[in-house]
Amino acid sequence: MLASILTITLIIGGTALLSWPLGRYMAALFSGRFARADRLFTHAVGGAGRQDWTAYALALAAFNAVMFGFTFALLATQHLLPLNPDGQSAASLDLVFNTAASFTTNTNLQHYSGESTWSYLAQLAALMWLQFVSAATGIAALAALARGIAGKPDMGNFFIDVQRAAFGLLLPMALVLAALLALTGVPMTLAGAAHVTTLEGTAQTIARGPVAAFVAIKQLGSNGGGFFGPNSTHPLENPDFWSNLLQMSAIILIPMACVWMFGRMIGRPRHAGVIFGVMLALLLVKVTAAAAFEQAPTQAFADLAVTQDVGNLEGKELRLGAATGPLWAVLTTATSNGSVGAMHDSLNPLTGLVPMAGMWLNETFGGAGVGMINMFLYIALAVFVAGMMVGRTPEYLGHRIEGREMRLVVLALISHPLLILGGTALFAATPWGTDMLNNGGAHGFSEILYEFSSAAANNGSGFEGLGDSTVPWNIATGLVMLIARFLPIIVPLAIVGSLMAKRRSAESAGTLSVEGPTFGVMLLITILIFGALTFFPAAALGPIAEHTALMR
Amino acid sequence: MQYLLPSLRLWAVTLLVCVAGYTALVLGFAQSVVPDRANGSIIMAQGKPIGSALVAQDFTSPRYIWPRPSAADYNGMGAAGSNLSPTSPKLAARAAEAVARYGAKPANPVPADLVAASGGGLDPHISLAGALYQAKRVAQARGLSDASVRALIERHAFAPGGAFAPDPIVNVLELNLALGRLER
Repeated sequence: MLASILTITLIIGGTALLSWPLGRYMAALFSGRFARADRLFTHAVGGAGRQDWTAYALALAAFNAVMFGFTFALLATQHLLPLNPDGQSAASLDLVFNTAASFTTNTNLQHYSGESTWSYLAQLAALMWLQFVSAATGIAALAALARGIAGKPDMGNFFIDVQRAAFGLLLPMALVLAALLALTGVPMTLAGAAHVTTLEGTAQTIARGPVAAFVAIKQLGSNGGGFFGPNSTHPLENPDFWSNLLQMSAIILIPMACVWMFGRMIGRPRHAGVIFGVMLALLLVKVTAAAAFEQAPTQAFADLAVTQDVGNLEGKELRLGAATGPLWAVLTTATSNGSVGAMHDSLNPLTGLVPMAGMWLNETFGGAGVGMINMFLYIALAVFVAGMMVGRTPEYLGHRIEGREMRLVVLALISHPLLILGGTALFAATPWGTDMLNNGGAHGFSEILYEFSSAAANNGSGFEGLGDSTVPWNIATGLVMLIARFLPIIVPLAIVGSLMAKRRSAESAGTLSVEGPTFGVMLLITILIFGALTFFPAAALGPIAEHTALMR
Repeated sequence: MQYLLPSLRLWAVTLLVCVAGYTALVLGFAQSVVPDRANGSIIMAQGKPIGSALVAQDFTSPRYIWPRPSAADYNGMGAAGSNLSPTSPKLAARAAEAVARYGAKPANPVPADLVAASGGGLDPHISLAGALYQAKRVAQARGLSDASVRALIERHAFAPGGAFAPDPIVNVLELNLALGRLER
């Protein structure tokens, strides 16, 4: 117990401390402080004019279309291309569609096992490439949003911002992390699988590959897609306790730093402090809950001659320590990462509810860039509700929030539960979902609910017992991921574009302050009411029903 | 068109730097600084590869310490967890088989890690308690004294994360290799 508390404090506290200087650096990077690098970036794309919100959104859409198209083509033809030492064959087109959508949208939902599906070329040039540029897309969008709110005349240039994020931020960090992971024992080779004869004389084939490079950017960019099927529970993807610490810290570092970057770019670091505090409070509540629920021993062993003194061990790896299962489950779903350090399907029922709640909220730090963008929607909502309560025109930092902006905010916020609950209802009522379950009863419902939550939150983790590599699942979750990615990026840009077109009023004593604890509490309540209560009935049918009916 | 051309140039430059350049740098570093680890921590015995220090392999003979159950049947090309809920009757049935295999009785219960499958099905470790639980069987099968086997197990135990993860574990393959050396 004490060791768990120590681990949790070290990871969350240590990473929070690191995020402050990193956020400062990111703000400088996106404010054009590195002019020589920016000139190089401009040259690389052949000139870069200033973009308003529509131009920025179109540029983002165009590049993401190229990302999707290239990946689709490469994945579909991998069996004809080089760097395929294990002879992976052609993948089905519905899986190719799902995977291309999944990695383009920064989700990394995986309806396959990497070691038995993709060639090294597909893993590196398609999937790992997208892990860089999809994360960079999200961070770029946040920079654009911040410029608009800060009162700049334009949103910057998308093509420059992506390169700033990819080359100035993600690449150097990934190089350091990949080197450290290689030192702990994560393989980094282009040789195919190793063939060995075990001590008892049977043949064992051991998949390996360029794993260290892949895992580093998988964690830093809120991607989460594993090189191997079981992700970071695989001992070659996460060899020891220290690789585990590094990876967990990498999951939350950039999402945390994005808040500070936003605060500095809009010139309101104290406001960022309030936002950071609200996110951190929600994160700590979830970590505490998950760690407590996972203390309960495995129910299925209760009547057997088994010593259970370390909590639920099913689906967990011993070298990673007792805190890893619940802590990783919370961190990976608080951000939109989706890598796993224990099998979520085998978590205790209530522990499994916590990652789901993380994906429903989707902004207790959230994904790289997009987490803070999601939070902006809740901030606008909180400001509006507070304004209505005191009978004043709602203003956010001098920007008047009116009917047009609120309609867009609600559109973006409502789409999230609509996609999750709509999809779950459809698949829970049809053989598309019910024939594919690994567990019966309420837990089977949870498997469907989790899958749609993960797709709509662009998370990528799963209750992996679900047999989800079918045509209906591949197409449905593929579409959900695409809508749930681009709607909540483009709509906030439109909202800020609309704010930019209006005259900004000076803040006065009567303006709602967004820098104090009062606003923090207001924001927290807004998030809980709109974000969490919507999902309560579904939670009651899944994990809560399982807990009350089956846990003793 | 106005957006397509810069998008294509961005595609080319990011692919070149973030895939080709990055992979080459990490590959060069890993292969020159930690070549054994970079190639999968393969263990050689008499010049032949017999497994990876990081990947569980199956042991069924009573002469060996047994690893944790594997939902993937120790397949190094198809790692997977059971993905069964802790409340699942299927999990209870599977666990009962493991309990029977160890001949555990309520007076002598088996440690949970020998009954619970790991996340990837390739966990190379078991708990120190799990190894000691098997010491008597191994000692009998090999004609060794209980005490010498237990002492060997204790020597191989380590805390994976110091004060952060103090519960001691042992690497099953390395322990079984050491058992072979003990006999000689």
